[in-house]
Amino acid sequence: MIYLELFVGFLIVGLFSFGGAYAAIPLIRDVVLFFGWANEDVMTNMIAVSESTPGPLMVNLATYVGSSQAGVLGGLTATFAVVLPAFLIILLIMIVLKKILANKYFQAILGGLKPCVTGIIIAMGCHMVLQNSIMPVFQQPSDFLAPVIAMILSVLFFGSKIVWKKKMSPIVLILISAVLGVIAF
Amino acid sequence: MDLGDGVPGPKVNNTEMIMKIFLTFIKIGLFTFGGGYAMIPIIENICVEKNKWITHDEMMDVTVIAESTPGPIAINCATYVGYKQKGIWGAVAATLGVVLPSFIIIFLISIFLDDFLEITWVANAFKGIRIAVGILILDAGIRMFVKMKKKVIPCIILACSFVLMMLINIFAWNFSSIFLILIAAVFSLVIFLIQGAPSGKGGKK
Repeated sequence: MIYLELFVGFLIVGLFSFGGAYAAIPLIRDVVLFFGWANEDVMTNMIAVSESTPGPLMVNLATYVGSSQAGVLGGLTATFAVVLPAFLIILLIMIVLKKILANKYFQAILGGLKPCVTGIIIAMGCHMVLQNSIMPVFQQPSDFLAPVIAMILSVLFFGSKIVWKKKMSPIVLILISAVLGVIAF
Repeated sequence: MDLGDGVPGPKVNNTEMIMKIFLTFIKIGLFTFGGGYAMIPIIENICVEKNKWITHDEMMDVTVIAESTPGPIAINCATYVGYKQKGIWGAVAATLGVVLPSFIIIFLISIFLDDFLEITWVANAFKGIRIAVGILILDAGIRMFVKMKKKVIPCIILACSFVLMMLINIFAWNFSSIFLILIAAVFSLVIFLIQGAPSGKGGKK
């Protein structure tokens, strides 16, 4: 049953996504591919839309996947599931477990979780850059525009950080990439 | 006189306050682009400086708690602030409020986007956007790495999870990243237990 699948899938995402939205992306991708709700390209489009709209990325993605699979009810189910663990855990901490954050065993576990999540996110980013900008070169017919766009975007994005000491907002980068995409392809 | 303002006063205030929390978090949900981390300064501005619902120190606590617990950071913050102000119902109001705008916006988009993607130039735009998404994710990972304390064991965990995740992606192995996370948690706990308690004290900031 799709609602149960959505609920379980996004409950897992909500329960294991330590470290914010970007940590959740690999998890959501795993879950989505596992249940066959979308392929990798559709998934990346969903991430882009979720980045360009307001609100928490994880909630956006849950709503998106849920409603694309099973309409309003699907969206509600997935969103409820992804929010539930965070909500309950915060209440639990505030009401009964005030000391857990200072607990050394809990800190030891966190000490392992954070670098692991960081490694997963970097690998995920590398994989997506490879897939969308390097791999097209080796396809038939080969496409040299994608790596050029990737170069331009990286220079703009990381360059703006160094030159103006201020990071370019993700929305601006996505808009520029959309314009480049329309011009190039 | 005491009866006059004693009984109905707090009751009305309660509903009003919960409504205010709800509306405030709708605003926060509607105007923050870029996910939870972008939300923290805005929540600080509205909840600490303007409304004085929580103190600066409490805000710091929320940030640490939010980073150490699973789930969207915005939800963690909303639940915390709502509960501090008005208990369970405050927490529900704040959480619902912060989720509502994204839900409505994304739901509308999900109805139209598939047809929208049939148009050639839109599909091309998304080809470009997919490249940007990769760069953004890579950047988020690098930023987390820069912030991390560079000790031997965390670095080993990071390197292993990076290599394994790359292999999983390249060969499309059927191995979820959840297991990597669980393994890292157990591994870190075991190392801690072997090294004993002193390192726990030294490890804290």
